[in-house]
Amino acid sequence: MLDTRIMLEAVPRLLGGMALTLELTLAVLLVGALLAVPIAMAHESRHRSLRLGARGYMLLFRGTPALVQVFIVYYGLGQFEAVRQSVFWFVLRDAFWCAVIALGLNSGAYTGRLLAGALAAVPRGQIDAARTIGLTEMGVLRWVQLPQALRLATPAYGNEVILTLKATSLASTITLLELMGTARVLVSDTFAPYEIFLMTGVVYLLLTFVITRAFGWIERRTRPGV
Amino acid sequence: MWATIEASLPQLLRGAATTLVLAGASVVAGTLLGLVVALAKLSASGVARSVADVYTTVVRGVPDLLVIFVIYFGGTVTLTAVVGRYVEVNPFMAGTAALSIVFGAYAAEIFRGGIMAVPRGQVDAARALGLPPRAAFLAVTLPQAWRLALPAFGNQSLILLKQTSLVSVVGLEELMRKGVIAVGATNQPFTFYAVVGVIYLVLTGVLTLVLHAFEIRAARGYARA
Repeated sequence: MLDTRIMLEAVPRLLGGMALTLELTLAVLLVGALLAVPIAMAHESRHRSLRLGARGYMLLFRGTPALVQVFIVYYGLGQFEAVRQSVFWFVLRDAFWCAVIALGLNSGAYTGRLLAGALAAVPRGQIDAARTIGLTEMGVLRWVQLPQALRLATPAYGNEVILTLKATSLASTITLLELMGTARVLVSDTFAPYEIFLMTGVVYLLLTFVITRAFGWIERRTRPGV
Repeated sequence: MWATIEASLPQLLRGAATTLVLAGASVVAGTLLGLVVALAKLSASGVARSVADVYTTVVRGVPDLLVIFVIYFGGTVTLTAVVGRYVEVNPFMAGTAALSIVFGAYAAEIFRGGIMAVPRGQVDAARALGLPPRAAFLAVTLPQAWRLALPAFGNQSLILLKQTSLVSVVGLEELMRKGVIAVGATNQPFTFYAVVGVIYLVLTGVLTLVLHAFEIRAARGYARA
């Protein structure tokens, strides 16, 4: 049966891995959110070139596996002498930043897509009304469309946060000892995959549970007034 | 550069074929699993509901990579203990099992939603016409639920196609792994991961078109609103 001693002894190191998983998740979400707002605006823009650019970006990052994206940033970019000579090399040779860049670009595409959907879902009449009372195009976007779109997108964004948390496990493939990487090291140390992976799963589930509850709370708090 | 790409292309395409077989097998097994679990979630039995809920909550709450590792490394430990000497699980089998389990969990939620969205009156009418419960479900509820569930189901299939790349981590020589091997041989990581990315893009592009055709077919008989 399961060896409870191995399970308990794994806890401190798994929690250490969890700290890095949380750092990665937060950094990726930040990059993703910063990219998503302009991408969603470009996607809904009146300018054809902006729309095409946003679509191309989404197609590229949603049409290929995140693992490929992580490998291209971490292993791929070093192929070019110019990259290795550049000032960015100290960032691009670091596995943590590579994971944040690759998964952040990925998250930006998915978050941008759902935000664009939410922007498009804001009733047309609201926009016409805002124009009528004299708001500029940017003003309509900033004060009318975006606040409502953010609320509409909240449930889907909660899902995106969970997907991001799980996607950070890919960082273990580029040497990072976050939760999954730590688990793999522990398994090769103990030869007890069931015990270690069970405890790892429990930690992930706890994090997922906290995120789900947090978004339930946010949705209740931001429910529109009657 | 083009010459090295051309030289590796047959291997990469062989990998892509393995990717498609892996994805296909997982979709079929995962769909069947998802359907059974969806029915368990909708059943009158409290035990069946609880088991189904625990399954979907756990699998959707942990990374797919973890499920793959549990099956691959756990399976190896179990098989070794049973057989008495070191036996490694076949990566293709482990990958198919893991991805089916993951797909089944998402598919169960999608099917449950689809089944619940079929108007109650449809079932009542079928029963009033004398169809037994099983026939009413198969001939009336399921086809309509399928139409409603198809967009989400298609989306999940696209996710699965991309997630097959994770099985490369346990050594299955699908598309991603073939890319890693090509990089090892040529020392051109950007070039070959980009080529691999383009092949994935073609696969997901084709699947998107196929799914669109399915959606149109499933919607026949329904006027566009």
